[in-house]
Amino acid sequence: MKFNLNNTKIPFMSARIGAFIFSVFLVVISFGLFFYSGLNFGIDFKGGTLIEIETEEQVDLGEIRTALSSLSLGDVQVQEFGSSNNILIRVEQQLGGDSVQQNAVEVVKTSLNESLHTTVNYRRTEVVGPKVSGELIKSGVIAIVVAVFAMLIYIWFRFEWQFSLGAVLALIHDVILTIGVFCFTQLEFNLPIIAAILAIVGYSMNDTVVVYDRVRENLRKHRSKPIDDLLNLSINETLSRTIITSITTLLALVSLYIFGGSVIKGFTFAMIWGVIVGTYSSIFVAAPLLKYLDVKREWSTTSAVDSTK
Amino acid sequence: MLYFSRTKILLIFLAIFFALLFAFPNIFSESHLKNFPSFLPKQKVNLGLDLQGGSHLLLEVDTNEIIKERIENLSFDLRRLLKKNDIGLSNLKIDNESIIFFSSQVTSSLVKEIEDLSISNSQSIMQISGRTNLIVQNNNNEFIISFNEEFIKQSVTSAVNQSLEIVRRRIDELGTREPSIQKQGSSRIIIQLPGLDEPERIKSLLGKTAKLTFQLVDQTASYDPNYPKKVPIGSEILESDQNPKVKYVVKKRIMVGGENLVDAQPGFDTQTNEPIVTFRFDRIGAKKFGKVTQGNIGKPFAIVLDNKVITAPVIRDAILGGSGQISGGFNAEEANDLAILLRAGALPAPLIILEERSVGPDLGADSISAGKYAAIIGFIAVIIFMIVIYRFFGFFADIALIINLIMVLGILSLLQATLTLPGIAGIILTIGMAVDANVLIFERIKEEIRNGSSMISSVENGYKRALSTILDANITTLIAATILFFMASGPVRGFSITLTIGIFTSVFTAFTFTRFLISLYVRKLKPSNVGLPDEV
Repeated sequence: MKFNLNNTKIPFMSARIGAFIFSVFLVVISFGLFFYSGLNFGIDFKGGTLIEIETEEQVDLGEIRTALSSLSLGDVQVQEFGSSNNILIRVEQQLGGDSVQQNAVEVVKTSLNESLHTTVNYRRTEVVGPKVSGELIKSGVIAIVVAVFAMLIYIWFRFEWQFSLGAVLALIHDVILTIGVFCFTQLEFNLPIIAAILAIVGYSMNDTVVVYDRVRENLRKHRSKPIDDLLNLSINETLSRTIITSITTLLALVSLYIFGGSVIKGFTFAMIWGVIVGTYSSIFVAAPLLKYLDVKREWSTTSAVDSTK
Repeated sequence: MLYFSRTKILLIFLAIFFALLFAFPNIFSESHLKNFPSFLPKQKVNLGLDLQGGSHLLLEVDTNEIIKERIENLSFDLRRLLKKNDIGLSNLKIDNESIIFFSSQVTSSLVKEIEDLSISNSQSIMQISGRTNLIVQNNNNEFIISFNEEFIKQSVTSAVNQSLEIVRRRIDELGTREPSIQKQGSSRIIIQLPGLDEPERIKSLLGKTAKLTFQLVDQTASYDPNYPKKVPIGSEILESDQNPKVKYVVKKRIMVGGENLVDAQPGFDTQTNEPIVTFRFDRIGAKKFGKVTQGNIGKPFAIVLDNKVITAPVIRDAILGGSGQISGGFNAEEANDLAILLRAGALPAPLIILEERSVGPDLGADSISAGKYAAIIGFIAVIIFMIVIYRFFGFFADIALIINLIMVLGILSLLQATLTLPGIAGIILTIGMAVDANVLIFERIKEEIRNGSSMISSVENGYKRALSTILDANITTLIAATILFFMASGPVRGFSITLTIGIFTSVFTAFTFTRFLISLYVRKLKPSNVGLPDEV
């Protein structure tokens, strides 16, 4: 390894316009995808039935499709899951409210037991009715909004409002891009993805705070330095930490993605994406934004928020 | 920052010792643990249903049904009262939880009498005596009668509590292992059934209200498929439990109800050897049953469960002993389940399954092994990376990482918090993020050295300067984890638990254990340089 992350003097601030354009472009694309193709909601948010089966002998997916399509359950999706003997069956939410959702499970299980000439092991059955799915969407959205708002307040208390605004803008950027990538890949968006987004919010903020902490420290140290140079210096000084922590986190997450099994894949994908985006946004969005937010230059070295005490 | 008092060192090692103590039962099997001396902790990590297999059901008591039923009962009383006062009933109707009728002859004293109806109607559930539960509105002789808010609330509460009790009894009867049955919110019940991967039987048991009634068959009429709604007043058409095409015309009047049962047992008919359910009435039930059978010898008597006729045998003799049997062409399991339902009692209102999440034991075991595998590989990758980047200091951070994981496991076991698949993901994320505190510190130390400080003071200042950054940075993650904890339920909640524990343990180990190791290294070995490579 020959590259040097210490004493770097990369002119991040001169790249800021390019980075802003890039970010705005991605945000716009994300919005476009959200309204054009939308999220592929899983049963947590859309309601419906999900059944994962494992068959002793390999079965033709077409055979299952034919068997299930005659049941008039509406949209039924059949796909392989992880290995060729594992099959995931999704049945859309049945009309008629919460009380009729269970019928779908019964009908599908009976039909599978009759039509497949091999032992079927039911690995997972999930049924979410309209009431619960509606509540889950609501609480998911609330959780993300509350988390972002809590960050805004926390950074405001610990720093000042300019920092808090910059950090939260970067955070919203990360959340939008994460939702955007799920619109783009059409990966299933379910409850664990909300958890991943919250973890991304925490992680991205963590990264941003480290850079901001250094900015504040340098604001005290170098009172007459032009803001561009000061921000550049701060980003460069924290660069090795930012990269190393991102790498260790990614090492753990990639291991989870490859070896952690199919159930958790979507969650891990979101986290990996979030760590990359969060790292990018701390360097290229959150820090350069401070230039435009007119940060206070007259920090007293003995103030209550002194970070060097 | 480099000096540790003896007490501090003792405390650090005591904390690590306890973490080890609480974590270690996890590597033994249950049978080994039994043989351990009693003073040792024996609790293992509590696995969530997604890892050990099991069923999660979220039920809701159909509260609309309760109010509907009460309104219906009230309408019977009201009809009787109005009839007594010679008021026409033709325009009386039930509309959306209220009763509406038109009349110009309702006096204020009659209004008072109507209000009193509610008191006799609902004594069993209302503790407040002598106060009406009704709202009687009069819009130009259009009378709208409905229950007041308080009554509805109390009816729902009592029905939900009663349902909870009956659900518990039904599940206990099946003898599943360690079920958890809890009320959630005002009208919901959460059931967790570990180890039960196909809850079909429980679901079908919970799906039945199990309202048992004995009603006489109306022999004056017969079911005509061309006029499926044509029935004599006071009778109703009910379908057969076994074949929905078979219909019975049954008198509405309930002669005896399931609430008078004291026992029900599955058995076999001594003559036909067919599975049956035998039942026994209480004193009142026996008296009613005796009277009906005595007076209706030779007539068919319908046994109705949840508005479906199980069987309608002809009464041969008066049955005065208060016990009888139901034979409805069941198999042994059906007879057994019916007996369970009758013993446990009828639900006050139907239960609706809002959500089901069942995981088979295979998938749970697969998830555990995949999670372990991913954790080990991620762990090794991080350990190697840290040594490559930070050499000796990286090694210290790695030891801290191991201790960190043991502490997470120990705290999980101690708190008996539930470990789920997302929880394992939280631990793996912690592996990646736990080294962050050390990375921040080491980077600071490197900077101090570059600025020309001596080694000891570089390490000293590195720790000092990194502290507030580490706290700020970890508090943000902690905020996100806390919000997740409160907003989420089920497996996802497990993620917030392990993440939170991981944040605390990583900050703790960075500032106590790793710092202690490094201070020993720097002070005792007095290395000429810290061994932190500048080239990365």
